[in-house]
Amino acid sequence: MSKVKSFFYLFSALFLIWIGFTTTFQPQELGLGLIISLFLSTIFFKTYVGLGFPPLGIKRFLFALIYIIVLFKEIVKANLDVAYRAVHPEVPINPGIVIINTDLEGDVARMVLANSITLTPGTFTLDVIGDHLLIHWINVETTSKEEATELIGKRFEKYLKIIFA
Amino acid sequence: MYYLGLVVTGVGVLFLCLGGLGLFRFPDVYNRVQAGTKCTTLGAFCTILGVGITQPGWFWKTLIIALFILATNPISSHSLGRAAYKSGTELAEESVVDMAGEFDDYSEEG
Amino acid sequence: MNIVTISFLSIICLGLFLSFIRMLRGPTPPDRAVAVDTMTTMIVATLVLIGFVLERYVYLDVALVYSLISFVGLVALARFLEKGF
Repeated sequence: MSKVKSFFYLFSALFLIWIGFTTTFQPQELGLGLIISLFLSTIFFKTYVGLGFPPLGIKRFLFALIYIIVLFKEIVKANLDVAYRAVHPEVPINPGIVIINTDLEGDVARMVLANSITLTPGTFTLDVIGDHLLIHWINVETTSKEEATELIGKRFEKYLKIIFA
Repeated sequence: MYYLGLVVTGVGVLFLCLGGLGLFRFPDVYNRVQAGTKCTTLGAFCTILGVGITQPGWFWKTLIIALFILATNPISSHSLGRAAYKSGTELAEESVVDMAGEFDDYSEEG
Repeated sequence: MNIVTISFLSIICLGLFLSFIRMLRGPTPPDRAVAVDTMTTMIVATLVLIGFVLERYVYLDVALVYSLISFVGLVALARFLEKGF
């Protein structure tokens, strides 16, 4: 990604966040936000040159919508699961730490995958090195790496592969 | 609309309380992070959005706060879990498998 | 201020009290940090709920800034726990 493009992305992201946080359209607030976002993006745009965002497209947008719906369903399931374990008198947990690997390329895609795993039932990401993820699992069902990859990662990877292709 | 907002808020408040209960009862740091992250994320999301539904003028601002919590809560709890794992906190006795020793091999490969 | 909002606030206070006990008793430093993390999220929700009960819009700004600052503080705390200084 070229420098001009990354500068433009960073500037528009910062300005949108400013508008969202202040929630006004008065000229003085907008002017202050414009000055601050210009200042910050001139200093920091070099850090973001390496991060690639995928180009927009209808298919990507549809898959992102489906992905958000799947993610919300998994979040609700995760909450019911943890709440059940907390209320149960014997605390039925079966914890352990397993390793899975991912096929995704790129740091942004891996970050989205790791945060999604943190929000889904019984699993949360401890560390990421390259394409291997260290996962804490509250109810270990299998100890082999391939089956764990199949059970934990695959339900998001098939969407993320298309979104960040 | 008012009563729908109250019901959503009530569900969120209940999840927040269950998150506190899970934090109190689970045996080691990693399980506590699970309870602390999941229940409080959905609980705070529902509570804040429920208030936004009851007061229609506040909806935009409450949506911003709820989305901010949804985005940042996994990151902060992930960094806390990583800190616990790097500083060598041990797992509970109930644990079945611990592959953390193997994981250091991958760092040498690249 | 009616019976429903009072019961909501007392349920949140029960959750806050349980995590406060975990913060006092937690055997290791990461335990206490996790308890603080949970408590900050609960406090943000409580602030929004208090704003709803008292009908003051200002509490939403307080909650937003509180969540921003607590996020940065917790990441700094996690870095401190990981590496010492």
